[in-house]
Amino acid sequence: MEKKMKRKGTVIFSEYTRGEGIKKALQKSREDILLEIRESKLKGRGGAGFPTATKWMLTAAAKSDVKYVICNADEGEPGTFKDRVLLLEYPELVFDGMVIGGYVIGASEGILYLRGEYEYMLKSLEDYLDAMRKDNLLGKNIAGKKGFDFDIKIRLGAGAYVCGEETALIESLEGHRGEARNRPPFPVNRGFLHKPTTVNNVETFASVSHIVVKGGQWYAKHGTDKSSGSKLFSISGDCEKPGVYELPWGTKISELLELVGAKDTKAVQVGGASGTCIPKSQFDRILGYEDAATGGSIMIFNESRNMLHVLKNFMEFFVEESCGQCTPCRIGNTKLLEGVEMIENGTYTFGYINKLKDLGKTMQVASKCGLGQSSPNSFISILENFKDEIFNGNGGVHGK
Amino acid sequence: MLVLEKNALTDEIEKLVLKYGTSRSSLLPILQDIQREHRYISDFAQQEVARLLDIHPVEVNSVISFYAFLNTTPKGKNIVRLCQTISCDFQGKKAVAQAIERELGISFGQTTKDNKITLEYANCLGMCDQGPALLVNDKVYSHLTPEKAVQIISEIK
Repeated sequence: MEKKMKRKGTVIFSEYTRGEGIKKALQKSREDILLEIRESKLKGRGGAGFPTATKWMLTAAAKSDVKYVICNADEGEPGTFKDRVLLLEYPELVFDGMVIGGYVIGASEGILYLRGEYEYMLKSLEDYLDAMRKDNLLGKNIAGKKGFDFDIKIRLGAGAYVCGEETALIESLEGHRGEARNRPPFPVNRGFLHKPTTVNNVETFASVSHIVVKGGQWYAKHGTDKSSGSKLFSISGDCEKPGVYELPWGTKISELLELVGAKDTKAVQVGGASGTCIPKSQFDRILGYEDAATGGSIMIFNESRNMLHVLKNFMEFFVEESCGQCTPCRIGNTKLLEGVEMIENGTYTFGYINKLKDLGKTMQVASKCGLGQSSPNSFISILENFKDEIFNGNGGVHGK
Repeated sequence: MLVLEKNALTDEIEKLVLKYGTSRSSLLPILQDIQREHRYISDFAQQEVARLLDIHPVEVNSVISFYAFLNTTPKGKNIVRLCQTISCDFQGKKAVAQAIERELGISFGQTTKDNKITLEYANCLGMCDQGPALLVNDKVYSHLTPEKAVQIISEIK
């Protein structure tokens, strides 16, 4: 495996030394740190975009002796690999962010939930945590701050995409099947072992470390009004220079394509299999929570690619990864995949395909968790945006 | 299973329970350790875990059946997982898959007769920028060609 950091931006990869954020944070009050994060307008980097300051404020305000900080490193969305790079090359940002989180919400235990596929990182991460313990950045009275004890342990996933959903992740940590919970209650009130818990993405913690050192205003200067800061994008597919890129929010898709050396691009899948497929005509859209939101996954498809094949691959993925506890997702995804196969075999009717699109819309509102709510996105967007190719003779059954 | 083997397994699981504790949240780490050591979690092991954690064996079985990396039937000594998600797919997964199948004489989902290798597909391994990618147990290989993949497979002991 090679290192694949392609572009270091000025935010997440600005200078940082280990423990810097922790030491700075411990000189301040919790409220001051929360205000700093609020000023940065940082939103959750997993993709859903919930304001981090609000989440931490709610967890800090919840009454309980025991609270937990959980780092969601169950990076399973097809086309996402930025956490791999962060954890392998910049663990200091992630772990410092978790310690700061522990200080702010009043927790003494942090858990990194690492996906089973990343077991090869376990040794280096454990060694890193040991080094932090030696430097008193973990353990008792951290960095000389009396009464602040915090430690981090790593737990491995076991090959389930749905465990990236925060309540499913918590269920998995508790030793159950990774099936999402009903919300409310939200994890900020009742999370791991029914205690107040904040669950954040790897990149969110990394951003917090910088915000504490450099200030919320500095952070908010980057990006757009609704999407502050910069983002790590995992770029794969048909381009010359795939890899992880740090770019400010608000970057146009066309700018990004030029940067990575993509030619003859037909479509860009933003947000992984659960995201949307954007055709050439919309390449002037911007990346950000207000337009094309993504947890980082950008997959590029050039003119030679068969979009029906792309869609089939995504639907097979969801059929396999649906946990099966709620009907819209369990049955819905199977039906959508059957529909794709009908198109492939030429046994479809337009009436039935339209019914399936309606079914997709039902799944978006009726599924219990984010998996089933977002899995119809690519079905709907690919069939809509590429209907000429798929139904009118340039692809599908009549494909090249 | 011989009585001696059963006793040894019970000892082993008791040690794991001592290490991780008897709370329900210890279940996955315990099962993962058994899986790593024995490459599957036998009926007897499931019963012992259930007894020691004081939960119903069906609960243990249900958890195992949920996770792709845990299994109740024996697998090969090494598990080879090829990423089947779209980025790897477009970078030549199919040719790699066929080369491995030809070389081992088995299909995906099967185990070689000498129990050395189980071949499986996996969903996105997070190596999309360097595909096609392959996991051999917990080791990752990227930028595969059919030739390179077969080379890696042939070096597995």
